[in-house]
Amino acid sequence: MNEPLLREVVPAVIAVLVRRGADFASAEDAVQEALIRALEAWPDDPPRDPKAWLVAVAWRRFLDAARSEASRRGRELAVEIQPPAGPVPATDDTLRLYFLCAHPTLPPASAAALTLRAVGGLTTRQIATAYLVPEATMAQRISRAKKRIEGQSLDQPGDLGTVLRVLYLVFNEGYGGDVDLAAEAIRITRQLAALTDEPEVAGLLALMLLHHARRASRTGPGGRLVPLADQDRSRWDTGLIAEGVAILQAALARDRLGEYQAQAAIAALHADALSAAETDWVQIVEWYDELLTLTGSPVVRLNRAVAVGEADGARAGLKALAEVSPDIPRYAAVSAYLHERAGDLEQAAGLYAEASRAATSVPERDHLTREAARVRQLAH
Amino acid sequence: MKYLLLKHYRGGPAPVADLAPIDEWTPAEVDAHIQFMVDFAARLEKTGEYVDGQAVSPEGTFVRYDGEGRPPVTDGPFAETKDLIAGWMVIDVESWDRALELAGELSAAPGPGGEPIHEWLEVRPFLAMPPTVTE
Repeated sequence: MNEPLLREVVPAVIAVLVRRGADFASAEDAVQEALIRALEAWPDDPPRDPKAWLVAVAWRRFLDAARSEASRRGRELAVEIQPPAGPVPATDDTLRLYFLCAHPTLPPASAAALTLRAVGGLTTRQIATAYLVPEATMAQRISRAKKRIEGQSLDQPGDLGTVLRVLYLVFNEGYGGDVDLAAEAIRITRQLAALTDEPEVAGLLALMLLHHARRASRTGPGGRLVPLADQDRSRWDTGLIAEGVAILQAALARDRLGEYQAQAAIAALHADALSAAETDWVQIVEWYDELLTLTGSPVVRLNRAVAVGEADGARAGLKALAEVSPDIPRYAAVSAYLHERAGDLEQAAGLYAEASRAATSVPERDHLTREAARVRQLAH
Repeated sequence: MKYLLLKHYRGGPAPVADLAPIDEWTPAEVDAHIQFMVDFAARLEKTGEYVDGQAVSPEGTFVRYDGEGRPPVTDGPFAETKDLIAGWMVIDVESWDRALELAGELSAAPGPGGEPIHEWLEVRPFLAMPPTVTE
């Protein structure tokens, strides 16, 4: 059994322990320990039934921990030592784990970490590596998150919107070191899509697949950022695009539009275009209008200004930009782009330089610096 | 031994050459400069001397405590005269001389016309943990 398959059974194993009477926090700890043991032991000695192995080891861990806790407090052990073997866990149990890990009371970073561990089956070390923090820090973040949701029953219905936001955050984190968070987010969202019948879950999955399909073309030599219009479209993953489009179409046919479906629709229109010049910007603007109605988000308004600039000309784009607050991140970058398209090169160069100082990532900063240099050269 | 190589947006000894800001270079010059930085870090990873490298935004502020129950005092954004850190690289090398050698190479990153920019880099040794055996 390979590691990704091992990870997939983790939420089901936690659910078994919880149904046997363990509280979520202890069950999750026990399964994490069993998982780490599995990663060590299985390469040399793979078990016949991986899930049963994990359940057995995790349950023993849980009992040991509960016993030492009980003796520390001088109390009787509350759980039965030999529980009946549970039936195959219902999918509902796994779904409720999603809700619990992305509980609305948790800060997003904690919810993301807990989701990756309890639903995604990643080890604390892997999560720490992905977020570039020390393992002890990540362990504390997870344990504080679990304390915060202590007493929350697994039986309560959850907030799917929060779950989707957490998965979206994880996806956008990309990848640091050996752990590919975008791929993990896709895997977890796939599982979620199999458990639910919500068009927005499908919409988010489609959005992720369509963006993931372009990943190879998004960075050039030395990690340089390649904007959509300049990407080598022959490097786009057509298999992922086809899958994303099919999932999106099925979701849209349900006629319950939401923000993720609308975003995925925009991504699909980009994916459809054989070249940047063939992009259907008029339809993209229409989708931004839908998205704006759904979310009212200022970031959507900003991106819409770019689309309007492509569909109706740079002057129209600048007019749309006038309705956006200049405090929005990337405002200067969008303004620079539209000014360049409108032929105001001097102003565009200054705005690109301003945007580079406000950039929030090194590739973005370097890209905007390069744009400033390029436009300044055109201006002279 | 670990050393911090600090890069400044401004501050430190007077620059050797009064260079134009990077956004006024040509795109090829910008590319060459960035590629040099990437290659430098990659080379140090290969020699086992690279620990960490980060860049920080020029935006920010100074903060201090202002007494119980009061909001902290801030001072910023930074005035033009203030020293301003742009980023750092942490290296783990055999000696002070090696740290200086590497900082010197990093300071030779290409600028306009492909010429080394001769920027000042600050080199600071880490204060390490005390050794277990002291006698």
